[in-house]
Amino acid sequence: MLKVVDLEVYYGAIKALKGISFHVNKGEIVTLIGANGAGKTTTLNSISALVPIKSGSVSFMDIDLKTLPAYQRIYKGIAHVPEGRRVFSRMSVKENLEMGAYSRRDKGSLNRDAQRVYEHFPRLKERRNQLAGTLSGGEQQMLAIGRALMSNPTLIMMDEPSMGLAPILVSEIFQIIQDINKQGTTVLLVEQNAAMALSVADRGYVLETGNVVIEGTAKELSNNPEIKRAYLGTA
Amino acid sequence: MSLFINQLINGVHVGSIYALIALGYTMVYGIIRLINFAHGDILMVGAYTVVVAIGTLGLSPLAAILISIVICTLFGILIEKIAYKPLRNSPKISSLITAIGVSMLLQNIALLVFTPTPKPYPVPLSVEPLNIGGIQVSFMTVLTFGVSIAIMLALQAFVTASKAGKSMRAVSEDVKAALLMGINTDNTITLTFAIGCALAGVGSALFCLAYPSVSPTMGSLPGVKAFIAAVLGGIGVIPGAMLGGFLLGIAESFTKAYISSQLSDAVVYGILIVVLLFKPSGLLGKSVREKV
Ligand SMILES: Nc1ncnc2c1ncn2[C@@H]1O[C@H](COP(=O)(O)OP(=O)(O)OP(=O)(O)O)[C@@H](O)[C@H]1O
Ligand SMILES: [Mg+2]
Repeated sequence: MLKVVDLEVYYGAIKALKGISFHVNKGEIVTLIGANGAGKTTTLNSISALVPIKSGSVSFMDIDLKTLPAYQRIYKGIAHVPEGRRVFSRMSVKENLEMGAYSRRDKGSLNRDAQRVYEHFPRLKERRNQLAGTLSGGEQQMLAIGRALMSNPTLIMMDEPSMGLAPILVSEIFQIIQDINKQGTTVLLVEQNAAMALSVADRGYVLETGNVVIEGTAKELSNNPEIKRAYLGTA
Repeated sequence: MSLFINQLINGVHVGSIYALIALGYTMVYGIIRLINFAHGDILMVGAYTVVVAIGTLGLSPLAAILISIVICTLFGILIEKIAYKPLRNSPKISSLITAIGVSMLLQNIALLVFTPTPKPYPVPLSVEPLNIGGIQVSFMTVLTFGVSIAIMLALQAFVTASKAGKSMRAVSEDVKAALLMGINTDNTITLTFAIGCALAGVGSALFCLAYPSVSPTMGSLPGVKAFIAAVLGGIGVIPGAMLGGFLLGIAESFTKAYISSQLSDAVVYGILIVVLLFKPSGLLGKSVREKV
């Protein structure tokens, strides 16, 4: 469904991605794990065209995305929950969800989708008229995910959804990621919490300073001694 | 007492005009953090359009003013596309200097085409003053105030309730997040300039009806005042521009009447400095919160 080939991205003279290749099949949860600065966010941002690609290609459902402007990518079915949530803090929860549905043309199913989001996150429903900037960090993360779901995406990319959350909320978010996936949305998950990510993912890729260094099924990766040592903190 | 009321009315009159112009500064700043120094010169563009439309083309005043609003809007769109859009990813200072350049360019073109000699604004408006509860109010004041309030209410409703208005708010908060929602942010920015300059077009007509002299640099002073009004109210905040506009108009009018007309500008700047000392983000401005 998503195919990334030899992706290279520069920030000025700094080469952040040094030729990354990976793919995501329909219905999968695929995770990209790696340490700080490995290039995970850059990878997602280049799929969303928030950063320009130097060379290599990104294709989605067999269409090359090269010439597709950033704002049009959601119309193709790619939603992105960005790093740091980036909810619209001076808008209400409800308005944030409306912005998430900006790309929708079938207004009829809008209410149904809002209901679906509120089912995943009952807390958001209680706070639907509150300004997003006044939500707690965890609630903002829920809103960011809910907002992305409002576009009814084929593929949802999430950048560290567990960042800064209490352990109990982390497992809740990961449960919801699995639910979303079961309901038919393919997931590309970027995480530093490798243990959690591998526990829900089908496959994974390990990034190190702009390269994919290991890839495999979640099971293989969980049992890989090197990963155990470097990312799972077990030996 | 009647001097007091008269000055209050005068203040509201000019304040309405400042508020309309301030809205353009504040909307553009809100969306791309640019102080569009050429905004005041849009007043001059509108005024000369009316001069030409009536004097040369022989149109009726109403038609001329409507056309001038359209021309102002088009200028806004063109200036954004030609001068600012190519600098979207450059340092802020480049855009700022470009804005000053655009302002000088517009003034100098006007100098070439229309000469520095001021021309009269060709819309005579002599209507009996209205008598509201024993107070004489000029028809122009009522018109200016009414038009401004109606426009501001409409704008507020547009920004809070319409899809385009909400996407403007989204873009002004976070361009990248807005892109991820599927918002064509370039179009949203262009729309913002268009609306801001349309309001300046209206402001131009109202300003010229009050001060009927058209010259190439006529936009500078009201432009600066409106900019101060926008900062005073909290730049980037729409109700702030309205509040700032009215406050500034009233303060100016009282200073002229009770203190000295030479000092009125000094007082205006003084108020600005005092307000910013106590509330750097302006009266209704939100203190900048760092994004998580
Ligand atoms: N805007 C930028 N300008 C310059 N360098 C950047 C920029 N963004 C990222 N980088 C650099 O690119 C590299 C990859 O960054 P990226 O944000 O993709 O890492 P990451 O894997 O998401 O890390 P983290 O887990 O800390 O979020 C880093 O070395 C970083 O310093
Ligand atoms: Mg990151």
